[in-house]
Amino acid sequence: MSITADYLGMSLRLDELDGENVAYFKHCAEHSFHLQQCDDCKLLRYPPTTACPWCMSREAKWAPVEGKGAVHSYTEVHHAIQPAFQTHLPYLILLVDLDTQKGKPTADEALRVVGNLVTPDGKLAPPELVKTVGIGTRVRMVFSDAGPGISLPQWTIDESATQPDKPWRYPQE
Amino acid sequence: MPLPADTDVSTPKHLRDKYAIVGVGETTYTRGSGMTTRALGTWAVRNAILDAGLTAADIDGMLSYQSGDSTFGPFIAGDLGIRLNFYMDVFGGGSSTEALIGIAMGVIEAGMCKTVVIFRAMNGYSQVRIGGTGARSAVPVTGDMLHSRAYGWQSAGQTFSFTFMRHMYDYGTTPAQVAAVRAAHSAHASNNPKAYYKKRVTVEDVLASRIICKPLHLLDCCVETDNATAIIVTSADRARDARHHRVLIRAVAGRVCKPRADMHYQTGPISTVAGKYAREILWPNAGIGPQDVDVTGSYDAFTFTTMLQLEDYGFCKKGDGGQYVSDGTIRLGGKRPNNTSGGHQCEGYTHGMSMVIENVRQLRHDVDDSCPVGPDGKRKHTYDYKEGGCRQVKGCEVTANLGWANPGTGSAMVMRRD
Repeated sequence: MSITADYLGMSLRLDELDGENVAYFKHCAEHSFHLQQCDDCKLLRYPPTTACPWCMSREAKWAPVEGKGAVHSYTEVHHAIQPAFQTHLPYLILLVDLDTQKGKPTADEALRVVGNLVTPDGKLAPPELVKTVGIGTRVRMVFSDAGPGISLPQWTIDESATQPDKPWRYPQE
Repeated sequence: MPLPADTDVSTPKHLRDKYAIVGVGETTYTRGSGMTTRALGTWAVRNAILDAGLTAADIDGMLSYQSGDSTFGPFIAGDLGIRLNFYMDVFGGGSSTEALIGIAMGVIEAGMCKTVVIFRAMNGYSQVRIGGTGARSAVPVTGDMLHSRAYGWQSAGQTFSFTFMRHMYDYGTTPAQVAAVRAAHSAHASNNPKAYYKKRVTVEDVLASRIICKPLHLLDCCVETDNATAIIVTSADRARDARHHRVLIRAVAGRVCKPRADMHYQTGPISTVAGKYAREILWPNAGIGPQDVDVTGSYDAFTFTTMLQLEDYGFCKKGDGGQYVSDGTIRLGGKRPNNTSGGHQCEGYTHGMSMVIENVRQLRHDVDDSCPVGPDGKRKHTYDYKEGGCRQVKGCEVTANLGWANPGTGSAMVMRRD
């Protein structure tokens, strides 16, 4: 059975055959972030894959991962491509370095997790909040519920973290 | 410029100089072609065959690339009376051209066929919008797209921008430096009667155009057009009989990837692109380096893609791309012009093939600008690059094409004039 949901008027569908994504979103639906951890080399990976990118092992377990990190890069969308986002402009898409496993297995690697900037209750952030976030901003994970069985991991400003004085933003507002 | 004296030409390496591009052709660049991709493809392939001075009977191989938005080889072959000994229709967009040229060389070398035509036919404006709007934006979000499209992270501009933005952060690259790419390519297009956008624009025009997704203004983005393009690859020996001066292929690199091609942002630095890996294949196989290149064709889906590739293929120091593209080097009349046709920013969008076509014409010393045609059928180039004037680069001997699929995947090719 496929799981379907309507998110911002956009149709999302999770197919039963897609075992890796089914498992990933099962945890997300419980508002808990889990990633595959390789049984052999113990490294975590994102997004879901069908084997370990570092040691080729096909065996992995889903491990809870703390949803905290810093913005590595971002884009601020002013012209929506998808109709679903046209009423939410501008919106931010963030690429976030998780604190967990940052710089491993090599210095250039990190679990870089994509998500929108949202409010703490999982709604796409309003323009006044969008303006405050840039490279370096500390964020924490929250979830946007799309429907029964599908929630999307998202990012919100981490109120409890020490923030950079001025996160790096594109010079033209 | 001439090949360096120490280049070993006695033992061709990896088919160096053993294959040639003998024919190039295209349709008009329009918005609203009013015909099918099959009709467009037939038109471009026919033009390439005529350009080469060949007939349908001389072609026995065909390659094409597309992403579910075009016709297939057998229809074009059938329409033109070409009997095929080999064909393949490949999935892909940008970076396919150079990769398919390498495949063509391989299948000819294997004795599977003798002469291959490669085409790309697309209604990139009137049917399947390359920017991703229209039908493509409305399909259900499923599977791996749940980690991208569900976040409004779908179009090329949206998905590449992490790289563009991080380059500004890592190296202090400015919006004005990058905008100089559009200004240069628009100046080149003003000397290209085929170009969809012929009007020259300034850096200020780019910065004043509306933001699409930061750091991209409207004029940082390429145009969407309807068109088809085609090129013909054959052996260097067979190329002696073709109509034009021989253009030889020195080296190709095809769809070279950064680690984690499924999601390349997992490995940094994300401000470095696949050219970092491709250059290790391209330059040794070509037997030359960036300093020997007269004209570049660095893919300009966005102003940033041109800059990033020129930098990572070694035309300047890492991090100096902003300086390189804004100091006049890449303009006609500069040291090493880029995309002299106006490229995808201004001429039209063809997923890379038009940039190879332009460099073939540069190497023939016969670009199709407005200079007068002499009794021998060739243009008498003035080398005056004023608006509406010449766009032939004087003494062009070596070119490099740098094809782009995304920050994590790219292809490249070096050609030379025989």
